[in-house]
Amino acid sequence: MTFLVLTSLLKIFGIVFLVILPMVSYTVYAERRVSALIQDRLGPNRVGPAGLFQPIADAMKFILKEDFTPAHVNKFYFWLAPCLAMVPAIMTIAVVPFGSSLLGVPMVIADINVGVLYVFAIASLGVYGIVIAGWASNSKYPFLGGVRSSSQMISYELSLGLAVIPIFLLVGQLRLTSIVDYQIANGWMIAPFLGDPTNLWKWLLTIPMLISFVVFTIAIFAETNRLPFDLPEAETELVGGYHTEYSSMKFALFFLGEYAAMITGSAIIVTLFLGAWHLPIPWWNHAHGFHWLLISGSLGGWLGFLGGLFNIFTFFAKVAVLLLVFIWVRWTLPRFRYDQLMRLGWVFFFEIALVNIFIAAIIVAYMPK
Amino acid sequence: MSPFFFWFFSAMMLVFGAAVIINRNPIASALSLVVSFVGLAALFMTLDAFFIGIIQVLVYAGAVMVLFLFIIMLLDLRAEERRKINLVAFGGGLAVALVFFGQLYLVIGQLRQAKQPFPPLALPRVDDVRSVGLLLFGNYNLPFQIIAVLILVATIGVIVLSKRELR
Repeated sequence: MTFLVLTSLLKIFGIVFLVILPMVSYTVYAERRVSALIQDRLGPNRVGPAGLFQPIADAMKFILKEDFTPAHVNKFYFWLAPCLAMVPAIMTIAVVPFGSSLLGVPMVIADINVGVLYVFAIASLGVYGIVIAGWASNSKYPFLGGVRSSSQMISYELSLGLAVIPIFLLVGQLRLTSIVDYQIANGWMIAPFLGDPTNLWKWLLTIPMLISFVVFTIAIFAETNRLPFDLPEAETELVGGYHTEYSSMKFALFFLGEYAAMITGSAIIVTLFLGAWHLPIPWWNHAHGFHWLLISGSLGGWLGFLGGLFNIFTFFAKVAVLLLVFIWVRWTLPRFRYDQLMRLGWVFFFEIALVNIFIAAIIVAYMPK
Repeated sequence: MSPFFFWFFSAMMLVFGAAVIINRNPIASALSLVVSFVGLAALFMTLDAFFIGIIQVLVYAGAVMVLFLFIIMLLDLRAEERRKINLVAFGGGLAVALVFFGQLYLVIGQLRQAKQPFPPLALPRVDDVRSVGLLLFGNYNLPFQIIAVLILVATIGVIVLSKRELR
């Protein structure tokens, strides 16, 4: 019992302070550098080699700036909102299996049997931070931002939830580690044919899985308020949206919360569709001929330890690639109009996800076991 | 460990449940209710009923209360904060609550089961999602389908009513 508590605390501490927070600050740095690259600028390149220490300078700036609270705000809720924006974004990572195992300890903080529902439940709490920020600021633009964000997040939660149902039809479990095990045995969800290329059913299954992947990813973009769906803070219409009245560290918390939500969103996509920590390596030896080598923490001795570390690294490398896609999309696509956003959510994605469930259900029902 | 969490989350539920009715500001009330729901969900989870706990957060705290908050924010809150406490109604409510509590105390005190400690659960761990799913889609499939159609009718009704003026 004590061992369980101790390892859990270590995992929580390690994930939040050694992975998520550094990753957040360097995603901000990557965002600035990549946007500069896309717009043919240089970006921040003065602090340290290639500007790599820029996040530290940013953090100092945020902490040392005057923390100004406008007179007309509702003080208590004005303080509460940034915390509520940050906490759910980090809490989501609790059920994500970010590695196989290290020294026999499974690399997931809470392996509960309703993993993905937990993710949706906590993500649905994320809207409070933005709504309360908009309301407590007690001025027009933040309020509009808050109202927009709540309707946007509620609308896209539907497609988010419906898009993953084909996966659960296939796996028959809501536990995220079971989904990872299934992907290791039968090929990643985004390409189910990889596990058995001669099976025509698996190729057929690829169609609903790809649709699921696209709908889910776009819904994650909307849930995290990223461009092309960043209407809650659309600066051309709403000044700064829900965080117009915020400054210094309180603004930084919103900022960090948004990037933390991006990271956890990417982690969920990686877990559900891209095989989580699994990376097959082509291998050849005399006994077995050509085969795929599975690296995991359950190998013996120090090889298992290295394997566990390699799995964790693989997972976060996949997350980093998705984060680059987030940034790439942001600086490529223009913002949607509000009615377009709502129509896209309710008229297109909702229906596509529903029809997709039917297609997946028919294929799963007739597919030989 | 478990008793600590039980008392902690029970206290959280009760305190914030009381805050729902004590607060004069409707937003504060709504948020207290959210915290109370989260406490209830946590209680379910200490009983290993993860599914019910998560649904509690997902449906009530995450969806229903967001809509509540959404509507409350569009109302005029000042009027509600200025309203005076009606002493007669307050006294009446207190009396009814006390009578109800006394009645509960007497009835539960007479039960034989209430006097002995509850036997520990000896059941093997069950997958609650699977059991709920099997019951819902197996034994109670027809009622489930009928409820689904009812909700669909309600949804269509709302859309028809709200679009009537546009025509």
